[in-house]
Amino acid sequence: MEIKVNGEAQVVEESNITVTNLLKVKDVEMPDMVSVQLNGEFVDRENYDTQIVKDQDEVEFLYFMGGGAQ
Amino acid sequence: MKIKQEVRDQIIAHAKADTPIEVCGYLAETDGLVDIAYPLINVDQAEDHYTLDPKEQFATIKKIREAGRKVSAVYHSHPETPSRMSEEDIRLAYDPTISYVIVSLAAEEPVVNSFKVRKGVVEKELVEVII
Repeated sequence: MEIKVNGEAQVVEESNITVTNLLKVKDVEMPDMVSVQLNGEFVDRENYDTQIVKDQDEVEFLYFMGGGAQ
Repeated sequence: MKIKQEVRDQIIAHAKADTPIEVCGYLAETDGLVDIAYPLINVDQAEDHYTLDPKEQFATIKKIREAGRKVSAVYHSHPETPSRMSEEDIRLAYDPTISYVIVSLAAEEPVVNSFKVRKGVVEKELVEVII
């Protein structure tokens, strides 16, 4: 299927893939530290295993960003 | 990392303006040259910690992309400590694809360093300032 990931059109072999599996395909090492938007809406982290990404969907993901001086 | 002098000056000014609170933001590049800074909100509003707001992160990344640029780095300030990756910075550096830039105001002259972090291993980058 064809989807957009972070603004880039991409072909994913598996159709109707879960967010969790898509993050694995994209080599995301720390999926728990990633925020995901599917077609402009935030996906709750607890739904990553069940939320399905379909053909022509637009997925955005980014890593938690934080730190400190200590 | 190649960075325009005015962008380096901008993030130092940002750090000074909000000190003692840590500041943060994105740096974006065009053809390998960091040519713009996007100051973002530190949701922690703390003197020793920062966290970006995911909603603002998404919106800013889309803005960067629409401008034909690429995210190069996330920057933050250390108002009282050196420009080095702290233990917390390293622990929370999850994105291996970008650089982590730290503006230190600890000394009389501000110091700006850049680092890459992959699987907890920190590598300091050369910061080349382009006038």
